[in-house]
Amino acid sequence: MGRYVARRLLLMIPVLIGASFLIFWMVYALPGDPIRALGGDRPLPPAVVAQLREDFNLNDPLLVQYAKYVGGLLQGDFGTAFNGRPVIDTITQRLPVTIRLALVAIGFEIVIGILAGILAGIRRGSYFDNLVLVSTTFVVSIPVFVLGFIAQYTLGLKLGIFPIAGVNEGLYSYILPGLVLASLSLAYVARLTRTSLAENVRNDYVRTARAKGLKPSVVIGKHTLRNSLIPVVTFIGADLGALLGGAIVTESVFNIPGLGRAVYDGVRNQEGVLVVGIVTMFVFFYIFFNLLVDLLYAVLDPRIRYE
Amino acid sequence: MSNREPDFGGAPSVTAAPERPEEQKAAETAVAHVGGALRQTSLWSDAWRQLRRNPFFVVGGLMFLTFTAMAVVPKLFTRIDPRACDISNSAQGPSADAWFGYDVYGCDYYANVIYGARKSMSIGLITIIGVLIIGLVVGALSGYYGGWTDSVLARITDVFYGLPLILGALVLLSVLTTRGVWQISLALIVFGWMTAMRLVRATVVSVKEADYVQAARALGSSTRRVLSRHILPNAVAPLLVYSTIAVGGIIAAEATLSFLGIGLQRPAFSWGLQIDASQNRLRDAAHLLLFPSLFLSLTVLSFILMGDALRDALDPKLR
Repeated sequence: MGRYVARRLLLMIPVLIGASFLIFWMVYALPGDPIRALGGDRPLPPAVVAQLREDFNLNDPLLVQYAKYVGGLLQGDFGTAFNGRPVIDTITQRLPVTIRLALVAIGFEIVIGILAGILAGIRRGSYFDNLVLVSTTFVVSIPVFVLGFIAQYTLGLKLGIFPIAGVNEGLYSYILPGLVLASLSLAYVARLTRTSLAENVRNDYVRTARAKGLKPSVVIGKHTLRNSLIPVVTFIGADLGALLGGAIVTESVFNIPGLGRAVYDGVRNQEGVLVVGIVTMFVFFYIFFNLLVDLLYAVLDPRIRYE
Repeated sequence: MSNREPDFGGAPSVTAAPERPEEQKAAETAVAHVGGALRQTSLWSDAWRQLRRNPFFVVGGLMFLTFTAMAVVPKLFTRIDPRACDISNSAQGPSADAWFGYDVYGCDYYANVIYGARKSMSIGLITIIGVLIIGLVVGALSGYYGGWTDSVLARITDVFYGLPLILGALVLLSVLTTRGVWQISLALIVFGWMTAMRLVRATVVSVKEADYVQAARALGSSTRRVLSRHILPNAVAPLLVYSTIAVGGIIAAEATLSFLGIGLQRPAFSWGLQIDASQNRLRDAAHLLLFPSLFLSLTVLSFILMGDALRDALDPKLR
């Protein structure tokens, strides 16, 4: 187990370097001059431009720039954006918002997704089963930002239950965006639970449990679910990593000051350092949670052993 | 083999005595194989038979044909010029004159939404072709050669997997000076080829040691021929299912990018742009948001319906 973890951690390094370099390259090597953009409509004096280019290492070859950047990163220095604000400040300020949003979304996936999946899976072909199948198909088909507008219009504007933008009402204001962010994964969780449960219900040990005269709730809740939820748990774990980096659209629609919003603003304002820093962190989350999920597999399913 | 199809599943197959011996023999073999029903048994004809009976596939297919027609010949659906605008009609709601109302500039919204199909469909088509080409080449190399090639290609795939599609495309498009159909397709291909690659790789790995592949190799077939004739045809069915569903995702991604202001640019007709332009009018002109969203979602839905039905039909395990 220890060796497996070590090997996986080592494998994370080239992926992290590759992903951050890819973003770095796109931001810095492709056309577009962030320094000139700083001046807006009035061009900056040449001396200022030269000084700024020197300060941000823009005169070095790309690989040297990247090496300097990674060197700083290893010492916990995420660099400074062109507007003079340290990137780490933006991250520490915005990260809690994004984490809260992702956790609310995961909560919806667990509660609604698994529950719907179980109810559909126990009675395949029932009315509820078909309802889940049809509604998940629709949810998957509607792009997230459209879903966001539907939620804003119906639950926010017409019914007035939820605030439609911002995070001024504490955790309550995260409910609607969280639900929208979760929607796609929620549909997958419901389908995954349904399929997995329906497969397991046919097993011999379930029949034995029934034959012993156990109550149906115990047969499902204690005997069947334990096995059926393994793929679901791993999906949700990996999804947490994806959600932390995938909230750009939701945060834009609901005007939430999270990391996704920060990276979006960074892209539009050509704040290269900020974009590279945050995206590298997203990639780290994504890989890290995937690793965690693989290890979780061994805990949940004793048949799996990592050598 | 006979091409006759029995009208009902359990109908006796041999009703009239065949006149020629070979036909009789053929009929008997068929009876022996499938126990009463005479039918072709290739994967594709079976799948097609099943698909035609699947209402979801029929609905999805009809919607797909409609949107394709809309993309190719929008004039079939509307005679109104989408650029003929009268500002005095700005943001008026639906009426008998203008079924979808007018947009902020007073242009007929129905015509605008109809013309929006073309960009979405062409980006979906171009992107999926690119994704399949990269996926096939990289996946086949990785799966067939294994070893070092596989390790390196797998790491590269991991790198791209770590970057969310929208995020990667956002960064790439933000540094491009012009953003049209080709640039957006390129961005979506660059950050979207990995699943196709893994599908192809998995297929190649699972069949490359099979007896018939070794036989082909022993007969002196070149690597290229072994791959293209013997190994890769196994990937056609899973790739077809994947790409049908993926086109839906690509179209949604394009609309998302345009909505974020980093995809197609005005004055192009695009559902994402139309939704972006009207998001501030949610309170007073919700129809501006409704119609492009509806068309966009139905287009995505049509691909997902067809893809789901294809998977059911092509995966024998699910029968």
